[in-house]
Amino acid sequence: MSLQDRLTELRDQGLADIKSADVLKKVNDVKVDLLGKKGPITEVLRGMRDLTPEERPKVGAYANEVRDKLQSAIDHRREELELAAQNKQLVAEKIDVTLPGRQVPQGQPHVITQIITELEDLFMGMGYQIVDGDEVEEDYYNFERLNLPKDHPARDMQDTFYITKEVLLRTQTSADQPRSLENHDFSKGPLKVLSPGRVYRRDTDDATHSHQFHQIEGLVVDKHITMADLKGTLTLVANELFGDQFEVRLRPSYFPFTEPSVEADVTCFNCDGKGCAVCKQTGWIEVLGAGMVHPRVLEMSGIDPEVYGGFAFGLGPDRFAMLKYGVDDIRNFYLNDVRFLSQFYKKG
Amino acid sequence: MRISYAWLRDYLKLDIPADELAEKIERTAVEVDGVIRPSDGLKKVVVGDVLECVPHPDSDHLHICQVDVGEADPIQIVCGAPNVAAGEKVIVALPNSWIGGHTKIKRSKMRGVVSNGMLCALDELGFDEKLVPKEVADGIFILPADAKPGEPVFSYIGMDDEIIDMSVTPNRGDMLSMNGTAHELAAIYDQKPTMPTVELHEDATELADDQLSVTVQADEQAVPMYKMRLIKNVTIKPSPLWLQIRIWNAGMRPINNVVDATNYILMQYGQPLHAFNFDSLTAGQVNVRFAKAGEQLTTLDGEKRDLAETDLVICSDDRPICLAGTMGGLDSEVTDKTTAIALEGAIFDAVKIRKTAHNHNLHSEASMRYERGIDHSATETALDAAAALIAELSDGTVATGVVVGRDEDVQPAVVKISLSRLNHVLGTELSLDTVADIFRRLDFPTTIDGETYTVTVPARRWDIHIPADLIEEVARLYGYDNLPSTLPTGQPTIGKLNETQQIIRDSRKLMESAGLTQAISYSLTTEAKAKSFALHASEVTKLDFPMSSERSALRLNLISGLLDDLAYNNARKEHDVALYEEGRVFFSQPEQVRPKEVEHIAGAITGSMVQTAWDTEATPVDFYQIKGIVAGYLKSLALAAPVSYATSTTHPEMHPGRTADIYVGDDLVGFVGEIHPATAKAYKVRETYVFELDLDALIAQPKEHQQYQPISKFPSITRDVAMLIDNQVTNAAIVKLITDKGGAHLQKVQLFDVYNGKHVPAGKKSLAYTLTYQDQNGTLVDDEITKAFEKVLTALTDTLGAEIR
Ligand SMILES: [Zn+2]
Repeated sequence: MSLQDRLTELRDQGLADIKSADVLKKVNDVKVDLLGKKGPITEVLRGMRDLTPEERPKVGAYANEVRDKLQSAIDHRREELELAAQNKQLVAEKIDVTLPGRQVPQGQPHVITQIITELEDLFMGMGYQIVDGDEVEEDYYNFERLNLPKDHPARDMQDTFYITKEVLLRTQTSADQPRSLENHDFSKGPLKVLSPGRVYRRDTDDATHSHQFHQIEGLVVDKHITMADLKGTLTLVANELFGDQFEVRLRPSYFPFTEPSVEADVTCFNCDGKGCAVCKQTGWIEVLGAGMVHPRVLEMSGIDPEVYGGFAFGLGPDRFAMLKYGVDDIRNFYLNDVRFLSQFYKKG
Repeated sequence: MRISYAWLRDYLKLDIPADELAEKIERTAVEVDGVIRPSDGLKKVVVGDVLECVPHPDSDHLHICQVDVGEADPIQIVCGAPNVAAGEKVIVALPNSWIGGHTKIKRSKMRGVVSNGMLCALDELGFDEKLVPKEVADGIFILPADAKPGEPVFSYIGMDDEIIDMSVTPNRGDMLSMNGTAHELAAIYDQKPTMPTVELHEDATELADDQLSVTVQADEQAVPMYKMRLIKNVTIKPSPLWLQIRIWNAGMRPINNVVDATNYILMQYGQPLHAFNFDSLTAGQVNVRFAKAGEQLTTLDGEKRDLAETDLVICSDDRPICLAGTMGGLDSEVTDKTTAIALEGAIFDAVKIRKTAHNHNLHSEASMRYERGIDHSATETALDAAAALIAELSDGTVATGVVVGRDEDVQPAVVKISLSRLNHVLGTELSLDTVADIFRRLDFPTTIDGETYTVTVPARRWDIHIPADLIEEVARLYGYDNLPSTLPTGQPTIGKLNETQQIIRDSRKLMESAGLTQAISYSLTTEAKAKSFALHASEVTKLDFPMSSERSALRLNLISGLLDDLAYNNARKEHDVALYEEGRVFFSQPEQVRPKEVEHIAGAITGSMVQTAWDTEATPVDFYQIKGIVAGYLKSLALAAPVSYATSTTHPEMHPGRTADIYVGDDLVGFVGEIHPATAKAYKVRETYVFELDLDALIAQPKEHQQYQPISKFPSITRDVAMLIDNQVTNAAIVKLITDKGGAHLQKVQLFDVYNGKHVPAGKKSLAYTLTYQDQNGTLVDDEITKAFEKVLTALTDTLGAEIR
């Protein structure tokens, strides 16, 4: 048998062995047996020295070809088997992906904070500064500077917690207005502030009254501020909180520190204005109070009402949350039942 | 203020539905609480004529009546009212009718006798008992003789009226009267109202001044006007039905002709009037002054009141007979036997009346109007109108002349405003004529000079004094709906959170990411809770006049509120709770009433933060869990000074062995730990871990200047050390020693094991740390590290008595 025939025979036998190898080890065995230093192909190559110089390169080339062929068959087979093994493993590793994931503790903001934050962001986008006034305020700032002298009948509208005759728990975030006004340097541009915070009233807690609740007060003073600007701003607030499909209407009201004073109603989100229990069949929901800053308030802060004017508005996040989410008892906001708090984990 | 639509039609031509009118009032003037229709829900209630009325054979009080209800045959009704009698026109609820209180009337038998319906009293038709005249309260209501049997009864007793219930704001006292409301609606609907006229006939034979004298000692501020009229020969009796209807539809109880007449004029003009029994006056003498200390007066309600020196009183011969503007005295009350009336029409100071009403808790229709203002120009007219009405209803005679205790020269306000100013404030482009027309509709005489209006505001609109008030009038009558909607223009401003606000907002987010849910608790609590858990000693700020001890003091800490929240949850079987709160606490300041308001942030956890699940065991929270939350939070604040924790036994509410004070550098900023079991018991909570941090102090701390550190290209080397050491030696002490002795290349010391179980001698614990060494500039030589490590081991042995294992 010529060397070439012997190589051909080795090749065919080898390819058959590779093909029939069903585990990686067998493939490796075939490789060691055939291509190893002591394997038959090496043996054949050793026999080449007996060949004529003409034959030697031919057989050499053929031997390399056989070796390459076997090598690539081994590689191929190995890949096939590895893939099959991996596939088998993957099938074995299948899990129920619908089982719940492991918990990562996650808290959430209070619903009142969510509303305040939302409005803070809206107003900061319009160039307002956020102001945090004191919760313990002087009667002078909370009332007198807001055009509510002692014995003013409108004081009856707000029963007050007093600490002394002159110091009280603020009944309204409007109490920040005079301080903002007197601290502002109008040469640096208009005054635009938003004051969110806690306020207190001497009320017995029940489903609709709380001795502690929140207010957000907005105040803008400049040389050219109009009531139309107030209307536009309030519309924006309503759209932000309830959606832009709702209408805003103003109607006359009374606050001692604004003139004219208005109350703003929004189309009832619950019935689209058709009338329902939420809006007491009126189709409208009262959401905030507002008005043009009273000239007396400006004067008392040393601002010339002939030159400057502005608007102020106030709204209650508690009331908003009650309306928006159908919360039927204001006390829920302050009892912190986790079953209540956890319902407000997202906006909207 | 309840406005009868029927009464309004005396003034104006209005044919729109009441709901529409109410809406218009609400959009243009004052809030409307609703429209009341007294006959709503009532059905088949008709006039009946009692043809026959005989006693029930089996009853001592029932009567069997044959009643003509406009049908071919009379119907038989059994009635128990004492005043039922043949010949009366009565209110009949027919079979299957609906009366007040959603009650259906059915055919029935009473003691064996068929009754085809019911004869009704007013309260059975839904009348508030407080509005039913006393004389008809105990029986069925008798209708006028000309009532037609079978007709619905409502029009006979004013129940077909529609009543608009207005909630009048304090500035619109003028709308607390029919006249004022009519003026307002006339402006809204551009009509000329028909105002009431007074036809007073004075008796020329009697001069009021001869019999009645008034002196006002109180100052002009307190009593700007005081006038009286004298009406003689009066007969006190119930008012005619038309007047009673107006009175009860206005929400008042008809009393008698004199009182009803004064109330009627009060409703009409908004002017309170008071009728004195003239004969109770001493020699016809009246004087008005402030009460003296120690004086007493028994008011109409029978209450004996101690008068204050701020109370204005009407006296006779210097003996108090009436609390001015608030309530009359019992002694001078008009009774059935009264034959002469001294009628008062006066103005009292709003503040004084408010104080008196408040002090004596006497809030009446009169006091409410005095507090909100009165039309000074109509006082005498109202007095005349009331005198005329009383005379007419009581067959009396009005003595000639008004007795004037004090008079006032009432002048209209004159206010100027320019068109450009008006448009500037409203953001409108109203024309000169549009605005002039609004003033005309308001019936405010106006002259125009160029573009400036000079507006004469009648005294009936005393709320208007300044240009801004006129702007409001124009705006609301022009219609807020017609205003454009714009946003402020002008110099742009930057809106952003300041550093404090930003850190507070970030802090909330960090707490939430750490698994804590935000709570908002009450700032007011008990004094004991307010001062518990306090970071610094401080006086508690207390309310002067709290509603309850539960809410009497301002908190010095947030933890007590969070524990209340936990208790609330525990009571509802929620035992896994993790809450935080960010808010103010109130530290007292020397020499100041107002406390210093400090932002704090606090947390409380109980139960487990991770619940039992298919692959997770619930792990009960412990000290190290809450400390981890605090440490993670503090790390994110990038404080320049190091944070340290020191065992603290100084918080009485905290577990003395499981509480650490938290320092940033040398500054105490808060504490963390387990609450004392006694505290837990007192609050009714389970094992709970809490922290409280002075957020303002943290915000004020210098922050680390953030700077990039090149990441070393050279490998790090680690060495582990395990040691047996005395239980008393803290981790902090060991880490400090290792760090101090670790050499220049020590980068990190990491505790990886703590063990004090089996195989560890009593009083000892086993700790193990990994020390990581690295050089920024080169590869570390093993020998060098070994040397450094040996130094640490020696120090641990020598200094802390550690036994290296
Ligand atoms: Zn609705």
